[in-house]
Amino acid sequence: MMTAFWETEGLQTLGIVVLVFASIKLLHLMGLISFSEDSVEDELELSAVRHRPEGLEQLEAQTRFSRKELQILYRGFKNECPSGVVNEETFKEIYSQFFPQGDASTYAHFLFNAFDTDHNGSVSFEDFVMGLSILLRGTVQEKLNWAFNLYDINKDGYITKEEMLDIMKAIYDMMGKCTYPMLKEETPRQHVEVFFQKMDKNKDGVVTIDEFIDCCQNDENIMRSMHLFESVL
Amino acid sequence: MAAGVAAWLPFARAAAIGWMPVATLPMPVAPAEKSKRQDELIILNVSGRRFQTWKNTLDRYPDTLLGSSEKEFFYNEETKEYFFDRDPDLFRSVLNFYRTGKLHYPRYECISSYDEELAFFGIIPEIIGDCCYEEYKDRKRENAERLMDDQEDNKDAKLPNMTFRETMWRAFENPHTSTMALVFYYVTGFFIAISVITNVVETVPCGSSPNQKDVPCGERYTVAFFCMDTACVMIFTVEYLMRLFAAPSRYRFMRSVMSIIDVVAILPYYIGLVMTDNEDVSGAFVTLRVFRVFRIFKFSRHSQGLRILGYTLKSCASELGFLLFSLTMAIIIFATVMFYAEKGSTSSKFTSIPASFWYTIVTMTTLGYGDMVPKTIAGKIFGSICSLSGVLVIALPVPVIVSNFSRIYHQNQRADKRRAQKMQKARLARIRLSKKGSCTAYLHSKRNGLLNEVLELTGSTEDEQHLNKSTSLLANQHHHLLHCLEKTTNHEFVDEQYYQQSYLETALQNYPSRSPSLSSHEGMTGTCCTRPSKKHRHTPLPNSSTTTHMKPLAHSHQGGLQELSTIHIQPLSSSRCSLNLCVDEAMALNCQSGQITTAIITMPTPPLTTPEADAPLPAGHAHQQNVVKVSAL
Repeated sequence: MMTAFWETEGLQTLGIVVLVFASIKLLHLMGLISFSEDSVEDELELSAVRHRPEGLEQLEAQTRFSRKELQILYRGFKNECPSGVVNEETFKEIYSQFFPQGDASTYAHFLFNAFDTDHNGSVSFEDFVMGLSILLRGTVQEKLNWAFNLYDINKDGYITKEEMLDIMKAIYDMMGKCTYPMLKEETPRQHVEVFFQKMDKNKDGVVTIDEFIDCCQNDENIMRSMHLFESVL
Repeated sequence: MAAGVAAWLPFARAAAIGWMPVATLPMPVAPAEKSKRQDELIILNVSGRRFQTWKNTLDRYPDTLLGSSEKEFFYNEETKEYFFDRDPDLFRSVLNFYRTGKLHYPRYECISSYDEELAFFGIIPEIIGDCCYEEYKDRKRENAERLMDDQEDNKDAKLPNMTFRETMWRAFENPHTSTMALVFYYVTGFFIAISVITNVVETVPCGSSPNQKDVPCGERYTVAFFCMDTACVMIFTVEYLMRLFAAPSRYRFMRSVMSIIDVVAILPYYIGLVMTDNEDVSGAFVTLRVFRVFRIFKFSRHSQGLRILGYTLKSCASELGFLLFSLTMAIIIFATVMFYAEKGSTSSKFTSIPASFWYTIVTMTTLGYGDMVPKTIAGKIFGSICSLSGVLVIALPVPVIVSNFSRIYHQNQRADKRRAQKMQKARLARIRLSKKGSCTAYLHSKRNGLLNEVLELTGSTEDEQHLNKSTSLLANQHHHLLHCLEKTTNHEFVDEQYYQQSYLETALQNYPSRSPSLSSHEGMTGTCCTRPSKKHRHTPLPNSSTTTHMKPLAHSHQGGLQELSTIHIQPLSSSRCSLNLCVDEAMALNCQSGQITTAIITMPTPPLTTPEADAPLPAGHAHQQNVVKVSAL
């Protein structure tokens, strides 16, 4: 009878032990689950992206800046971006600081794409300096080319009304809310209409590079404004 | 503008070329750079240690000492350097601020010396970066408290003209202020002690007669104890009433914790007075006596440590809650397990799960009374697991509570949450302020710039110099950039107030029907025609009745902006005859479309000579908000 007693006892014990350990394991699992959500180590991978630009002589040859100007530009560039490249987030941040009243991030996005000529997601010092060389020291033709490139979001050689509307909205976003006169919903659209009326000569709904350059060269205001920033550096 | 990105200003200006083909208005002229200086190195000699930096770096912040012409006072001609007789270690942080745009607070430095350095160099501490700002604020507050504590000891002089009530309240709150208050303090403390001891001794058996069982002293010397109790309660009641009378805000006093404790302490006595003869409720009456023990809490007025303890427990509510919750979970689990484990054994004390709760609690807190003991093997195994886990579960939240207590004790009851909230608000306010700063800077310069132009035309040069505040080249360029954007979109930046008002106006008004085309046409051509004689232009026009809800002074302030900005459009548009025609054409076009700007201008002639744009204007000013489309087609 004792054995029977011990048998039932043992079976009971076993059963209860299994139950308890299962519940403890469940708790452990839940503990583990909450643990892994907090693991920050995965995000701490050191950004090993570092970029060193080409030599000063090469850049001097490729752009229209003098040695001193390149030095000044690089010092400012490196100050803001110690790793040597600008990614889009940093770019947006920097650009937004100049327009505190509005939201400059959309326009900065388009600008970033215009500067990032090799479309690798980051703007290195070479890209930066090439872009600036065109904008500050290029011929009017080159500048207009650059502007067309900026507006042509999908780089297919045509500016459609939708692309222009996006750009226009981005520009108006930079103004922010507190403007006089008050910004209305259809203001960008109307501006786009005006633009297309002026630029689209054959009225086919898109503006090609030739139409664009042609029209801009005939417009005195635009021509004059192209020379506005030549003394920037 | 955060001058940390000052280096990118040329880039932003170059990128503005992207707006040019889209713009329909001509762009403003770029600010002339006076001389194309090569960037030069400046040597700053701070108490012998030489720092060198580019001149451009220092020019980023023109309203500080190093960025403005103030540093010329420190220029040493012989050595061609700027000499400052200040702490070189602290100067490092200052110079780093110019270099990186972020001000850091070195933790090992004394806060007041740091403040002095910042004040000397003209840097406001609010721009300390987020990484160091909390530390800075903490140290500053500690310092301020220390100073305040020192001052409070000297501040015992009675303020004149304090009413009797105020004096009493002050005496109650700070017993050290007068001898009477001190006496009162000690007397109440004494009576609290007496009352508590009485309550305790009441229950001690002072048995005398052998045939009876021990009688508690309370029943033996009923009268004596009753007298003692009465005396104590009288004192407490008087004290409570006096505090109630003296309190500046009676309602708030009655809701405070201490007064509730006072009330609860004396209430049983009065209830007892009322209900002595009723036999049924005497049982309840006895229970009420328990509340007399609350008198001991009255000591917390006398002891700072007790208050801190109470405060700690309150602030550690979440840890205590966690402790309780985990304990409850463990108790239920182990009680269930023990119950089923012991079910088989005979004459087991574990009759039900709730009965097992008691065993589990006693085991987990390692008390181990031994009144309930498991007999089966399974029960013993689980019992040991239970006691081991009990130790762990209880040990976990305790250090948190302990550290909380020590922190609060050292910081002397600063509420953590209150501080975090204030800091959050302050941080948001700082960010808003810096953003607003750059916007208002631009609007200010716009107004000043316009006044400049107007003054140029009127030929008063002295006031022009008055207005030429030192806006750096950088700021000029930034403003020019914003100006180009305005021209591109044909909208202007205005400040928040103005925007709100104009929003209200459009909400209130429908489209105007007061022969707008005529007056606008007249307005525009009128100004075009009389451009050379701007000085004498005076086109007063009727008030708009709907603008009466605005305060005249505030309106004139905005009005200053409004009219000057409309004036601004004129010089550009009227400088070319062809454009004039275009303007008229456009006006004709717009008249048909029904959306016209009626920019009615009243020119303030006398206040022109004052440099401020806030001069009170004749109140005849109205404008309606409709978009003007002046296309250069």
